[in-house]
Amino acid sequence: MLAVVGTVPDQDFPLIVGEVVLQDDFISIQGKRAPVNRGTPALLAAAVKVGEVMGQPPPVGYLVGDIGLGDGSRRLYAHLSENSVEGDINAVAFHYLQPDVDWHSRVLFALEEMAHRPVLIADAGFMYAAKMSGQASEYDLFTPDVGELAFLADEEAPHPFYTRGFILHEDMRAPALIERAYRYENAAACLLVKGQPDYVADRQGIHATIDLPVEEAMEAIGGTGDTLTGIVVALIGAGIEVGEAAILAARVNRLAGHYAKPTPATQVIDIVKQIPAALARVLGEKTLMSGNHRV
Amino acid sequence: MMSLLNFFKGKQSKDSSGTKDSDRGILVFENTSEVIRAETVLKKEGWKIRVMGPPPEIRTGCDLVIEFPLMEELNILRTLEAAGAAPLQTVPVTSPLLQPVDVFQTKDYGRYLMVRAANMKLTIHKETLAVVNISGGGCPDVPYLAQEMVGKPLADIPAPEEIGHTLCGYALQLAYEEMKRQC
Repeated sequence: MLAVVGTVPDQDFPLIVGEVVLQDDFISIQGKRAPVNRGTPALLAAAVKVGEVMGQPPPVGYLVGDIGLGDGSRRLYAHLSENSVEGDINAVAFHYLQPDVDWHSRVLFALEEMAHRPVLIADAGFMYAAKMSGQASEYDLFTPDVGELAFLADEEAPHPFYTRGFILHEDMRAPALIERAYRYENAAACLLVKGQPDYVADRQGIHATIDLPVEEAMEAIGGTGDTLTGIVVALIGAGIEVGEAAILAARVNRLAGHYAKPTPATQVIDIVKQIPAALARVLGEKTLMSGNHRV
Repeated sequence: MMSLLNFFKGKQSKDSSGTKDSDRGILVFENTSEVIRAETVLKKEGWKIRVMGPPPEIRTGCDLVIEFPLMEELNILRTLEAAGAAPLQTVPVTSPLLQPVDVFQTKDYGRYLMVRAANMKLTIHKETLAVVNISGGGCPDVPYLAQEMVGKPLADIPAPEEIGHTLCGYALQLAYEEMKRQC
């Protein structure tokens, strides 16, 4: 089962642990609802959709309200460092949390104490803290966009805001940034780099490049990176190996975007709604290819 | 390209970026929101300051400090205290400070225009100048900022520095300023 740790942009949203379902255009956890705009609610919405297709139980959310003051994040960090994650959890995804190196280390320590260490995925603010703490290699998957990849590649930057200009420069393409991130031990075992194209890489290099279908508007739409992370973590939660899940997820997210016929003004919920059809098609093609290989 | 918030718009003539490290100090605050507030106060009063990254020994993960000329310490502290924006501490600069990002990328989608600063992207509809999307970032105020800004005209929305609290919010402020400069 998948657990997702993150925040909701509502200062009054309490710390809640529970199964997350999708109702209309909202996620719902223990009767509390949050709109699917972007951020962790978008990740969870995508994960719920994937879980439905894969016959998986709903993801378990560890959610709290935080609008950037960090108070909610710190309460969630404290809860996790004291209780870790409970139940039959095989994958944990950390998402929009206030980056805090000290709290990050306490949470990671609690997770490593578990009898069966789950697959660990980090994105967004928690990924920033993981990199800055020097413990990136403890993670199984990071899901940066190209700007965040530049931050991972910059061994001196404690946050993407400080990524040095020579690294951000367009001439320094993703493959060079990936190599640099691994050289300085600032990447997880696997990287799913969101961009045009998407890359799946590890320390040995790039294993897959996913570049079709192309919908240029996707870059401008808030939450499309969150849906991609939601898809990949749900596939991992369903038992698919990390690298394979990353490749499948990149294809599904692109296809879902394509089905939504997006413009730069499209909102992410319209893409979430296309995930089941996109996943069914990608899984169908995978089955077909497996059959062909056997022949 | 634009330097961070045009931070050299001070009333004093001397440029502190050319001074030695020993001439400079940093103001340390509880959180990024307080840095942004203090920056606004000091700039309004014409003080020549720069928002920078903290030295390694006081970094927590999502922070800014204000660099200032040490000779002006008392006057600057008085200004901040009067505004209820006093720092936690002042520290002399002993090692190079991190420079915030100052590289922007612009993408033209025809009817839409997107500006990226660091990990934050802001997209507007060219004709109406309404914000149609905000993407990127990883700090918890990004979804909140998007909630407050998307669907509204650029001229009518609060600046990200007014309602944001993190470095992602600050990066969005840079994208917002660059967008306003271009439109």
